[in-house]
Amino acid sequence: MNNSLTPKAALREALPTIFGYIGIGAAFGIIGQSSGLSVFIILLISIIVYAGAAQFVVATMLLTHSPILSIILSVFLVNSRLILMSATLAPYFKKESLIKNILIGTFLTDESFALGMNKLNYTNNRLNFRWFHTVNIVAYVTWIMGTLLGATLGSLITNPEKLGFNFAITAMFIGLLYLQIISDRSIKINVQLIVILFTLVIVYLGLIFIPANLVILLTTILACYFGTVIKHAFN
Amino acid sequence: MPSTNYILYTIIGCGLATWLSRILPLVILKNMTLSKKVIEFLNFVPIAIMSSLWFESLFIQHIGQLPSIEWPNLLASIPTVITAILTKSLLLIVLVGVLSLSLINILI
Repeated sequence: MNNSLTPKAALREALPTIFGYIGIGAAFGIIGQSSGLSVFIILLISIIVYAGAAQFVVATMLLTHSPILSIILSVFLVNSRLILMSATLAPYFKKESLIKNILIGTFLTDESFALGMNKLNYTNNRLNFRWFHTVNIVAYVTWIMGTLLGATLGSLITNPEKLGFNFAITAMFIGLLYLQIISDRSIKINVQLIVILFTLVIVYLGLIFIPANLVILLTTILACYFGTVIKHAFN
Repeated sequence: MPSTNYILYTIIGCGLATWLSRILPLVILKNMTLSKKVIEFLNFVPIAIMSSLWFESLFIQHIGQLPSIEWPNLLASIPTVITAILTKSLLLIVLVGVLSLSLINILI
C-alpha cells in the first residue's frame, strides 16, 4: 500500500479481497441453489441485499417461511455493524457531494471498510471518493460473479468448504488487523492489543448466550467502549 | 416452495434495511461534527470489528454451553499470522490462509 488515491491504486489494493468475495459468494450461490431457490432469485439477493453473512440468514429464513418482518429485522441486526462503519467513514467524506456519500455508503462492505481504514495510515489520514468507490465496485462485481458461479456450477463441487476459500475473508481480516496494529499511530500498541484480547474474551463468552451473528455487533460496541476507557487509563 | 411475491417483498425489504444502515450515518453526519468522545469511540471500530470477525470464526457455537474450537480455522490462522508478520502483503496473507486451510482439510 502507498499514498496514491487513484482508481489504479485501488484496483491493485483490492486484489486480495477478490478471493474472499468469489469464495463466499460462490458458497452463497451453492447454498441458495441447494435450498431450491432459482438462479435469478439467488442473484437478486446478492444484487439487492448485498450483505455477506446476512444473505445466508435470508436464504435459511425464506425456506422456513418466516414472516417478512422478522427476516428484515434479523438482516438489519446482523448487518447493523454497517452503521458503525458508515459513521466512522463519514468524517473522511464530508467534502464530497451528497450523491457521492450515498454511493460510498450503498456499496460499503466489511472488507472495503477495513481496507480504507488501513489506507488512512499511508495517506496522511485522507480518503477520497475515486479510490474508495473503485474498491467498493470491485467488491460488488466479484461478489455477484461469485454468486453466479456458485448458483450455476455449484452442483459440480460436492464439498466446497474443502477448497479453503471460505477462509479467504478471515485471512484478510487477520492481515488487515495486523497491518492496522503496526501502522495506526493514533492508538498505542499496548492499548490495541488489550482491546483485541478483550474482544477474544467477549466473543467466547458471547457465543454461549447470543447467536453468532449478533455476537460480532455486541462485541464491537463493548470493545470500542472498553478501548476509550483504557486509552485514558494508559495516558 | 415459497411464493414469488413473498420472496420478492422479503428481498426488497432486506435490501432497504441494509441500504439505510449503510447510507444514513454518512448522510446525517455530512453536515455534523461528532463530539470528541464519539470519535474516540469510533476510532476503535476497525480493530474491534476485524478481531471479532476473526475470533468468531475460531469457535463453534453451542447455545447455552461453552463454544468448542474450530480447529481447522485455528490451525490455518497460525501460518496466516506468521505470513502477515513476515511479508505484510495482503495478497500473500490471503493465499497462505486459503492454502493452509485446504491442506488442513485434506490432512484431517
